[in-house]
Amino acid sequence: MWFKKTKEPRLQKKVKIPEGLWVKCENCKEIVYRKEIDKNLKVCPKCNYHFRISAKERIKLLADDGSFMEFDADIVPVDPLNFEDTMSYPERIKENQKKSGLQEAVISGEALINGHHVVFAIMDFSFMGGSMGSVVGEKIMRSAEMVLEKKIPLISVASSGGARMQEGIFSLMQMAKVSAVIGRVKDNGIPYISVLADPTFGGVAASFAMLGDIIIAEPRSLIGFAGPRVIEQTMKQQLPDNFQRAEFLLEHGLIDMVVNREDLKETLTKIIGFLS
Amino acid sequence: MRYYLDFEKPIEELELKIEELKRLSDRKDMDITSAVKKLEKKAKELRSEIFSNLSPWQKTLLARHPDRPYTLDYINLLCEDFIELHGDRRFSDDPAIVGGFANINGVTVMIIGHQKGRGTKERIYRNFGQPQPEGYRKALRLMKFAERFKKPIITFIDTPGAYPGIGAEERGQSEAIAMNLMEMSRIKTSIISIVIGEGGSGGALALGVADRIYMLEHSIYSVISPEGCAAILWKKNGDLDSEEFSKAADALRLTAQDLLGFKIIDDIIPEPLGGAHRDPEFAAKKISEVILKSIEDLSNKTPGKLIEERYKRLRRIGSFETLED
Repeated sequence: MWFKKTKEPRLQKKVKIPEGLWVKCENCKEIVYRKEIDKNLKVCPKCNYHFRISAKERIKLLADDGSFMEFDADIVPVDPLNFEDTMSYPERIKENQKKSGLQEAVISGEALINGHHVVFAIMDFSFMGGSMGSVVGEKIMRSAEMVLEKKIPLISVASSGGARMQEGIFSLMQMAKVSAVIGRVKDNGIPYISVLADPTFGGVAASFAMLGDIIIAEPRSLIGFAGPRVIEQTMKQQLPDNFQRAEFLLEHGLIDMVVNREDLKETLTKIIGFLS
Repeated sequence: MRYYLDFEKPIEELELKIEELKRLSDRKDMDITSAVKKLEKKAKELRSEIFSNLSPWQKTLLARHPDRPYTLDYINLLCEDFIELHGDRRFSDDPAIVGGFANINGVTVMIIGHQKGRGTKERIYRNFGQPQPEGYRKALRLMKFAERFKKPIITFIDTPGAYPGIGAEERGQSEAIAMNLMEMSRIKTSIISIVIGEGGSGGALALGVADRIYMLEHSIYSVISPEGCAAILWKKNGDLDSEEFSKAADALRLTAQDLLGFKIIDDIIPEPLGGAHRDPEFAAKKISEVILKSIEDLSNKTPGKLIEERYKRLRRIGSFETLED
């Protein structure tokens, strides 16, 4: 490249925001005191931007205190393709387990939500972008089979870039597997509520996430089949404002409602009340 | 003019030489039959050598070969009768998916498949075989139709993927695919699915939930294209070349042979030497045999048993470990 940098840039004194004390809102770019955001369920108090939250935070938000009992925490991924890129897949898994404190990209279990028994399957974007491989597929399927047995509602919270590339065809087939079991849940008259959090794409959107009897999204979450960058490259035109945002999907009739995080638990409770 | 892929260049040279010799012998009264025969034998040997050692990337190129037979080509070769049905009854008709009732050896079936185009104009018309949501909704409408009349469903898979466009997103591409996956898992008639070219991700799978799944010898089926995979892994947008695509294709394990090894598919349908486009009648005959045998095998199963077995087939797919405590 002709413009290759040859000299190191001169030292610039950057104003460093002390790690952890302040957060810059990705939406309104305001610098907000972290404690204030944490107190506000990780929602920007200035612009209502919903920061991503972990599966564990989500459980705290939705399940009655101390009621969550995890299922299948002992299922862990293997490396069916011997996939290797810049690092091997097992190394990548280990790294993500360490980074996220999770075994995999979904936590499932039984809990009470304002006294109602439900099964949760909650994804965590911080584990390999919430991608769906064999373990995610298996845990979601078992959660659905659990509600078939117990006759209680199933609630999933999606947050995922899509199918996990490193497990190749096995990941792709999880889409069919989880969709099939959701079909059984519907056949048996058991409610299935799907919550879409930022972001929900690809193989997760195109399987269980869009199959909810009721689909709820968090404000401004990006949701779609193909990523916006891919679409921009294909269409060679600028994408419309709000494209693939929760509000855009609501407008196009693809989801039932957009619900603020602080109202999510009450909304779910109300729906379960209607259906039980 | 025959289209040759890069790795077929040595074959191309030989075949051109043979043709030239043949032309020469037509004009003059020279007897070069034995020379031609010798060269033809050599060409055949070369073909079988090259085609028995194809890399996953070469197979990918072959699966996308512009002369490769598409769904409608096979329908023409396989079926005594075919009546194409159109539209999703909601928004439009998607030319990237075709379907309709057909007759194979006297058996009425519903055939549905992705359809790519040949030549620039038709390629654009077929949107390069990339369906819109309406394509999947049409496919589902036809499958439900077949179910009511208890006809077996045959699907041909051949797509780079579902179309990534603004309209497709606005009209629920994800929902359309998800709905097909769910509904196909509980359709009450038998479904036989054959990957004839490119099995590109969710857009392929949306026609691929079946009781029997086959792949043509040089077809591929993958969660992401080698190009897409390489772009994610090596993040050099636009700067990637076939060496990287080749590495990605190796890593993805996307060949028919890989998928048979993983027990995802039931069997591989052999192609003529040089690929299905070298002898489409041969490929069609092999496909027809497989379809008829599968229909026969599945014909005595009750709808309940079909659905139960289809579910179990999906349920067991996955590769993971359970930790001991």
